[in-house]
Amino acid sequence: MTTPIAELAGVTVAYRDRLVVRGVDLAIAPGERVALVGPNGAGKSTLLRVLAGLVVPRDGRVTLGGDPVASLSRSAIARRLAAVPGQGTLPFATRVEEVVALGRLPHEDPFRGPGPADRAAVDAAIERVGIASLHERDARELSLGERQLVLIALAVAQAAPLMVLDEPTVHLDLRHQVAVMELLADLNRRDGVAVLAVLHDLALAAHFFPRLVLLDGGRVVADGPPSRVLSPERVRATFGVDPAFLARPASGDAIAADLTVGTGGR
Amino acid sequence: MSIAGRSLALARAHVGRPARAPGTAALALAGVGVLAVVVVLAVATGSVAVAPADTLGILLRAIGVPVARTWSPAAETIVLELRLPRVLTAIMVGGGLAVAGAAFQGLLRNPLADPYVLGTASGAALGAAIAVLIPIRAAFLDLGLLHVLSFAGALAAVAVVYRLGRGGGPFAPLTGLLLTGYAVSSLLAAGLAMTMFLAGSNLRQIFAFLLGGLEGSSWLRLAFAAPLIAGGSIAIAARARVLNGLLLGEEAAAHLGVEVRRERAILMALASLVTAASVAVAGLVGFIGLVAPHLVRLVVGPDARRVLPLAAILGAILLVLADLGARLLGEIPVGVVTAVVGAPFFLALLRGTRSAYEL
Repeated sequence: MTTPIAELAGVTVAYRDRLVVRGVDLAIAPGERVALVGPNGAGKSTLLRVLAGLVVPRDGRVTLGGDPVASLSRSAIARRLAAVPGQGTLPFATRVEEVVALGRLPHEDPFRGPGPADRAAVDAAIERVGIASLHERDARELSLGERQLVLIALAVAQAAPLMVLDEPTVHLDLRHQVAVMELLADLNRRDGVAVLAVLHDLALAAHFFPRLVLLDGGRVVADGPPSRVLSPERVRATFGVDPAFLARPASGDAIAADLTVGTGGR
Repeated sequence: MSIAGRSLALARAHVGRPARAPGTAALALAGVGVLAVVVVLAVATGSVAVAPADTLGILLRAIGVPVARTWSPAAETIVLELRLPRVLTAIMVGGGLAVAGAAFQGLLRNPLADPYVLGTASGAALGAAIAVLIPIRAAFLDLGLLHVLSFAGALAAVAVVYRLGRGGGPFAPLTGLLLTGYAVSSLLAAGLAMTMFLAGSNLRQIFAFLLGGLEGSSWLRLAFAAPLIAGGSIAIAARARVLNGLLLGEEAAAHLGVEVRRERAILMALASLVTAASVAVAGLVGFIGLVAPHLVRLVVGPDARRVLPLAAILGAILLVLADLGARLLGEIPVGVVTAVVGAPFFLALLRGTRSAYEL
């Protein structure tokens, strides 16, 4: 068995004396595509921060590429794990190209600054994400959907084998949601980047991710293909909602069939 | 393919004006040229006029260029012993305050931040005021008690603010630091007020420090301040990538490999050192540390690799000019000039600039 690209074993996290993650085991293999789903407060975002070494667990083992996260410098972590920020704020006037170039910080020579390889990686990331026509634009003039693509390009430029995203589709319209999901799937399939995304939209998660991990109350309650993880009973138990809501709007109108729950990954 | 096509289509929907900034090297070169002209002008001007050509000759001769002497020895003394150290001090202090201001603005992600925001000013002011009250006039290396205590006061105040304000407490780290800085400054201001109340006839000396002034400049004082200011500023500039990472926020910076806590402490210490050394030799020169970085950002954007060197050059130019103005107006405090000239100019620029920017 190959070394997992990221692994949590028996991880427990407490904020002061409140347990937010309780004994989570989770291993991500190289090139895998995994969605973390679950209700608010289930501990999803905390798990991402634990993986990135920003939150130190009270108990358990966290490794990236086989090495304990606690033993890695921030730069070393940044070369193994690229995180796309949740809110996607770009609160300053700068060109898209310069935002993407921030992804090279962990690779640059600290004294000489970006070299030819860094510039090439930035150009390649912009091309790869398909935002070449944006690269001269002022980052603040971008729409939310464009910003998300820019932040993903930043993570691509970071060239880490694992990309983690915290609700990358929140606030986006349907078209941009699908564009972001297809981009992630494509990065995963063609470039072999492992993707771990926190998602709230179960339909998107089920459609675009072959493996779902369902968290509830800080515990992993299900882990596997969407059809198994999102069974009607479990959705009802975890979210307290009738899964029929997801499949059938109250109006009774038909919605796009492949965006409903339970159709499985691709 | 469909992904790339879709993203491209999304991107094409908004084709806007490119926001390319002018070349940094060209701007820096132009800035240094302007600075050189301003220096010659400032050294040539004063109560005893020395022709610009002679001034240039004296300066060139001083750095070893063989130039025929066409000037009087008195002119040479005035230029080399009085005006040159003063102008060089203005360059160091103006440049240092601009770099420190840019660093504090970036670190605290607050456009209102200036070199004095975390207590340096009130610490230095209290130190200076206490020095004025103590009837000892010892001097070492041309540095009196006032310089030493203002330098120490500035550093001590920041150290206290940092110890009390980092981590913990009900606020986010940055807010906590800013509020702690405000609280400590208020406390020190009370001490300053009390000292001024007790100062009696020495009040004028305290005011001179509070308003800033370069009339006390000398080669020896410059020799104390310049290495600290230049060394600190260069060390800050070498960490420009950290400030860039922080543009996205603390957590995003951490994801990009920045050791946020450690780097914040280092940058804060460096910026405070630069500020303390500046304040010790020039008093509380206001406005330049706040405005010079903003003026530069309005032109070249927020990349610290560009902002820091250009802000240093601009800060130096501004303070040399302001000090020249202060001298021509009969040695009024330079802080009055920076504020009176700088504020309206800055307001006009803010109103005239279309492209908004935030920190």
